Amino acid sequence: MQSPRPSGLKPLGSTTGRFRRWWNHGDLPFRAAIALAGILVLVIVLAIGRELWAHSILPRGKFGLAFLTTSTWDPVRQEFGALPFIIGTIETSVLALLMAIPAGIGVAIFLAELAPDWLRSPLGTLIELLAAVPSVVFGLWGLFVFIPDIVKPLGDTLHSAFSFVPLFDGPVYGPSRLAASMILAIMILPTITAVTRDVFLALPRTQSEAAFALGATRWEMIARVLVPQSLSGILGAVILGLGRALGETIAVTMVIGNNPDLSASLLHPGYTMASLIANEFSEATNEMYVQALIEIGLVLFVITLLLNMIARLLVWRVARRFAGGTA
Amino acid sequence: MSDRPTISIRTVPSHLGRRRLVNTIMLGITGALAVAAVIPLVWIVAHVAAEGARFISPTFFTDVPKPVGVSGGGIGNAIVGSAIVVGIACVIAVPVGIAAAIYSYDNATRPLGIVIRFSTDVLSGIPSIIMGIFAYAVVVVPQGHFSALSGGFALAVIMLPIVLRTAEEMLNLVPRSLREGALALGAPRWRTSLRVLLPAAMSGVVTGIMLGISRVAGEAAPMIFTAFGNPFYAADITQPMATLPHTIFVYAISPYKDLHDKAWTTALVLIVLVLGLNLAARLFTRWRLKKMGWK
Repeated sequence: MQSPRPSGLKPLGSTTGRFRRWWNHGDLPFRAAIALAGILVLVIVLAIGRELWAHSILPRGKFGLAFLTTSTWDPVRQEFGALPFIIGTIETSVLALLMAIPAGIGVAIFLAELAPDWLRSPLGTLIELLAAVPSVVFGLWGLFVFIPDIVKPLGDTLHSAFSFVPLFDGPVYGPSRLAASMILAIMILPTITAVTRDVFLALPRTQSEAAFALGATRWEMIARVLVPQSLSGILGAVILGLGRALGETIAVTMVIGNNPDLSASLLHPGYTMASLIANEFSEATNEMYVQALIEIGLVLFVITLLLNMIARLLVWRVARRFAGGTA
Repeated sequence: MSDRPTISIRTVPSHLGRRRLVNTIMLGITGALAVAAVIPLVWIVAHVAAEGARFISPTFFTDVPKPVGVSGGGIGNAIVGSAIVVGIACVIAVPVGIAAAIYSYDNATRPLGIVIRFSTDVLSGIPSIIMGIFAYAVVVVPQGHFSALSGGFALAVIMLPIVLRTAEEMLNLVPRSLREGALALGAPRWRTSLRVLLPAAMSGVVTGIMLGISRVAGEAAPMIFTAFGNPFYAADITQPMATLPHTIFVYAISPYKDLHDKAWTTALVLIVLVLGLNLAARLFTRWRLKKMGWK
């Protein structure tokens, strides 16, 4: 923002004088510096895309789009197809969402509408702390505690009850797609809860008060007014959770079993894009192998980038729609 | 009560009893879910504390790893390594994050301000393993080998949007009158920003930095192909370096019971640091905001 020069003042004559005045005032260099820092954020996002693109030129030239649709991953014969990993990533993330969405929305309703004041903030903090537990600790706990105590017994039960369903067919493994999905569900629950709760709290109270005035019970108000009104914001929360699930690396690598078979069973070990990169990157011995892994990174980057842009636009739209209405 | 209308609610077929029952059941479910959501946290913390405490000793914090089967050995190298790598991340991310936050705050409604805010949101959603590849491409490849510097760079990119967003939110909480007062007294904008607004928002900015540190200190994924790991004490940031999360990962997926035990103890150290810092940051902000009467 240029400050208008007071009309009565003439610029100082000498060039050095003008420079000193400009420099001592100091707004221009300061603005240039902070603008540079701001632009750097944009540059980093673009640079990540550029680097991934530039470092995956070999497999793109050799396989083209077949990279995305073939399922052979053979570093020795230099054949790379990403299909099992793309499917594994999408399958585990969607399953995690199916578990985390109802739970996340339920917790958000409790936090925004029902919890007594003394409970609201400690409970919110605890759930936010769950999001702060490092991924590698989730993985450690998942591998040695959650899988033997919960996932394996659950898998045995599902297998004996529903073995005719392909999803629960075959031998029951501990580390499996089911284990990865369940860990992911726990990890993305705080994300979905926090964003949904904020959307609920941002809504104007008039609609819910009107519902109460018409005689609605609390639940009817929630189910027919609060949730429908927040739908696009909840969708944003879900997409943010999906983005986190798709990119989650270490915890998944530790509990999914890392097996590229294309089997339909959830009880079978699987593989995701992120866990493949984590497992094989530092062992990749030749340029084509490294670049194939970076191309997988590129696919993951594009997917999460698009999802995040959509989610942000949705959440922003809700915030803007109700910006004036909360007072 | 005699002046109430005499129409009884029972004359209307309102199914009030059933509606009340549904209400109670559904509200009960949300409450149960809220309790259930806390269980994993309690379970993880309790288990890590119980398993980890068995092998903790003073030398665990100072020794370097010993070969499997040899008793003793610690994670001193990983503690120092984590501190150095996270330190590098702070040196890069904090000044850039704060400067960009001031720009974004000053220009919230301008196109470039909006683009920057959007980029920040997008950046915070990019998986950390991608940041690892980015650091690999930008630092490791030109340098020719893994290094603490590349690890710090990857963590800086993860930390930047956290610092930036918290700082901007805190600047927005500072009363406009402070800014207007400073400008009315003839202070240039840069002085207003650096000497009035930033100090007023400083506690929040510090919170953002603490949250950022607690997030990146637990990142194992990008370390695999940046800082990599090193079984000895290292201070040269151009060389590979061990970090706590990467150590846990390597120990946990190894086949040795001995290393699994060390993974739990390392996890205890990490979780105390990360959750402690995170909780401290949250409580500090709440206390500060209450004291300042801004919330």
